[in-house]
Amino acid sequence: MEEILTVIVDGIIYSAWLFVAAVGLTLIYGVMKIVNLTHGSFYALGAYAAASFTGAWIARGYPPMLSYAVLLGSAVIITLVFAPLIERGILRFMYAKDEVVIMLITYALFLILEDVIKLVWGVDPYFIAEPYGLLGSFEVGELTYPTYNLILVGIAVVSGGGLTLLLQGTRIGKLLRTVIHDPEVSRAMGINVDRFYLITFTFGSFLAALGGAFTAPTVSVVPGLGVEIIVLSFAVIVIGGMGSLPGAALGAVIVGLVRSAAIHYAPAVELFVIYFVMALVLAFRPRGLFSLAEPRKI
Amino acid sequence: MRGLSKLATAVVAAFAVAPISVLAQDPAPVKIGVVTFLSGPGASPFGVPARNAAELVIELLNAGKAPAPYATKGYGGAQIQTVIIDENTSTTIQVTEYRNLVQRHNVDLVIGYISSGNCIAVAPVAEELKKLTNFFDCGTPRIFEDASYKYVFRTSPTSTMDSVGAALYVKDAKPKLKSIAGLNQNYAWGTDSWEEFETAIKHFVPNIEVKTSQMPKLFAGQYNAEISTLLGAKADVIHSSFWDGDLEALILQAAPRGLLKKSTGVLTTGETAMWKLTSHIPDGTVLGARGPFGPYAPKNELNSWFDKEFRDRYQVPPTYPSYQMAQAILGVKTAWEKAQAANGGKRPSNEQVAAALENSTFEGPGGTVKMANGKGHQAIMETVYGMSKVVGGKMTVTNVKRYPAEKVNPPEGVKGIDWIKGGFKN
Amino acid sequence: MRSDRTLLILGIVLLAVVGAGPLLPQWAMFIVTIAIAKGLVALALMLQLRAGLVSFGQALYYCIGAYSAGSLGRFFGISDMLLQMLTGCFMAALIAYVLGFLLARYRGIFYGLLSLALSMILYGLLVKSKALGSTDGINILPSTVFGIRPDQEYVRHIVLVAGCAVAFLATLLVNRYLNTPLGQLAAAIKDNEIRVEYMGASVRDAIHVKYVIAAALSGIGGALAATTVGHIDPDMAYWTTSGEFIFITILAGTRSVVAPFLGALIFGIIHTVAFDISPNTWQMTLGIALLLVIVFLPDGLWSLFARRKVG
Repeated sequence: MEEILTVIVDGIIYSAWLFVAAVGLTLIYGVMKIVNLTHGSFYALGAYAAASFTGAWIARGYPPMLSYAVLLGSAVIITLVFAPLIERGILRFMYAKDEVVIMLITYALFLILEDVIKLVWGVDPYFIAEPYGLLGSFEVGELTYPTYNLILVGIAVVSGGGLTLLLQGTRIGKLLRTVIHDPEVSRAMGINVDRFYLITFTFGSFLAALGGAFTAPTVSVVPGLGVEIIVLSFAVIVIGGMGSLPGAALGAVIVGLVRSAAIHYAPAVELFVIYFVMALVLAFRPRGLFSLAEPRKI
Repeated sequence: MRGLSKLATAVVAAFAVAPISVLAQDPAPVKIGVVTFLSGPGASPFGVPARNAAELVIELLNAGKAPAPYATKGYGGAQIQTVIIDENTSTTIQVTEYRNLVQRHNVDLVIGYISSGNCIAVAPVAEELKKLTNFFDCGTPRIFEDASYKYVFRTSPTSTMDSVGAALYVKDAKPKLKSIAGLNQNYAWGTDSWEEFETAIKHFVPNIEVKTSQMPKLFAGQYNAEISTLLGAKADVIHSSFWDGDLEALILQAAPRGLLKKSTGVLTTGETAMWKLTSHIPDGTVLGARGPFGPYAPKNELNSWFDKEFRDRYQVPPTYPSYQMAQAILGVKTAWEKAQAANGGKRPSNEQVAAALENSTFEGPGGTVKMANGKGHQAIMETVYGMSKVVGGKMTVTNVKRYPAEKVNPPEGVKGIDWIKGGFKN
Repeated sequence: MRSDRTLLILGIVLLAVVGAGPLLPQWAMFIVTIAIAKGLVALALMLQLRAGLVSFGQALYYCIGAYSAGSLGRFFGISDMLLQMLTGCFMAALIAYVLGFLLARYRGIFYGLLSLALSMILYGLLVKSKALGSTDGINILPSTVFGIRPDQEYVRHIVLVAGCAVAFLATLLVNRYLNTPLGQLAAAIKDNEIRVEYMGASVRDAIHVKYVIAAALSGIGGALAATTVGHIDPDMAYWTTSGEFIFITILAGTRSVVAPFLGALIFGIIHTVAFDISPNTWQMTLGIALLLVIVFLPDGLWSLFARRKVG
């Protein structure tokens, strides 16, 4: 019984991390119908920015408890620097193109940003471990977990809940759903679709950066941080259904729990269990577990 | 554009220098191709320290500022030049770049390669192109166990030494050992290291229990679930060959949960993280430096010289990749000068240097290097392990044990894993 | 007729490469041979692209081809180049035939993602396989042709010629195929599947066939690359390898069967040059090049040569 509890706790923690990492990707796909590979870059940028700002904050002796706000702030700042630049500067002119071409454009941007990060921050790893240990730890049975992990779960719940509230409950949310459903008609009805695209791209990228920023205290920030995230986020939203918020949550939970179980009971398959689940879902329910109905054009 | 202006400068310089060099009778420079990680995750812990060591040692050699027996300038009086290549690409591209080094840049020899996959791929190409190539770091025993080479050498011991040394140390330092667990990356380096360690320790402690062997993906970065499993397993010793970002993430994530306090960690490449993460490594963690390097290097003149020069230049202590690179350069220098003397003072060919390097013994900042295995092409050295202890905020090592080369390296002609399985018969 | 012209171009290029080969430095021959191997995979991608299908996991068959060639040497001691390429082709086609039943049901992004997932599963399996060398990979035995082991001086050239010959043949066949009714269905499928069904053709069958042909081509490419480099490892199935092939296909454009080889060659050159000049920014260089091509030359580099537009 004890072990199952551990598997679940580990699974939930990992799922929360996955959700925060992947939700931005599904948001952008849902609204703009583009597969955004710069997602990984924003995750990495968030991590590096957090490492730099928080590192400087702590080095100057400012209150460490406020470092969490600095993590948040770093994500905000780095997103505001890069996201509008990318969306307004390049993507805006490409919306008419085929969705695969747009994806390749984001891939090209990802390659460029990878090297930009290397040029700005170099190849050495960055550490900001202080926020990780500050909050102490809690016990589950015999095992100790850092309380910091609960922050990640908290962020996942807040962002998921907040977005759902936004989409269902507010006027902006309703307009957004109209744009998701049919951008052309929305435009015809007078909705400023371009502005929504900008906001969505920025917000989606912010979520990726947020994920990176809050992961930074738990790892050493090194080049290549963004690459793994892309594939993982993909798997999550494919399983859950691309463009679906509850789908991303479900996908994250499934992947998290399956991986946790694999690690505890069958460590050998951990390597590709996620692709296996992804292939399985694609084979039987290609649009994912929660998917948007798409009419076929004749 | 930069490429063109570089070319132009080189041409002008060549014309400017040529007549002068004819007058002064300076020997033509020796061009060494150096390949190591300049970008990507392998750069910071391995590639950059190795490159720094290469640049430092070569500069000092060229100026004649090394202690005996390396006092001659450069290689036998000829200045050393380098062409440095980044190892951070796919193996196919590494092979392409190796060929470029040899056939476009016309290097005299190549020293490099950290990734075992690259070593394995490059070895036959080196034989094909008949170019002296010295692997300075990659750990896979397969190179000389699976094939013989004339032009390929490795002046550092294999990973077998790390695993056997770790097992010996654990047996000596923890006599009441009952159980072990593993946390290694799921690729050749990790799986081989674990297999060697597990087999060796089972020989020393016959009824040992293996609680679990975790094999997360390389660069996974998140080890909460693995740490939970290991905490639940309550093994006495946890073996890990993790390196760089993964090792650092592991230490950072394990610290608040007390994993390395409740079980003793054996970190075979721990030396690369020990300085940066001092406050996060619990006392009593077993740290390896892949040989007698860094804090485990012998106290001799060569080491003092190397350590001081490195610290003066780079403000950090040299770690094992730096040591390995230094001894790679010095080993070839010894062979080069021996071959040159035998050649009547004339510049030796690759074949002559290879013959001189084969079966040779030389001194590096880490101590004695004997090219005893792989038909004289594979080095063996003693190995050293110790435990971490933070004294006054600074990281130190205690309970240091040294194991002679013959005890931790297989005898000539015997495969590492077979030697371990067979009970270490010499 | 377009097909005649293509044939002519192919023939000229082949003769040029074979003839100029010995005059080129060895390292250049090496780059050209690799370009041919990658070009074959890009050709495979192009074939699928014409039907509107983007494969993000073509590296799957490239890798299968490479490992088939390697296994021949490792387990059976066979090192004949042509046999290796044939085996690579066959194994890839076989596996594609089976997987095609699944894959032919999907379109668009899902086709791409499923192919990606499959290639990553192969990667995981290879990493776990000790017999196949895990991440260190294995070396290929030195090549022989019809039982003769070429002298070290001529190895590069022989491999180049063999590669060229096979590529020529393959491309020729593909060109022929593209001019058959089944081949020409590709554009129709991309445009409007339902109408194709109304016409009486089976879309699924057509896609299945294309999938298998594409896999066969990639298998040959993989085997050739393996022979040339002399080493295989699981990275050949990783998604970044697939990304490279997509890059080359975009660079080249889908207008002509010769385009992928041109794209592969230019990619190889850009890469070597970018790497030499500044190892830390070659990704950026590739990214910028890709962006420029997509924005300014949406039909690929080939559109610079072929001005004629199909009405």
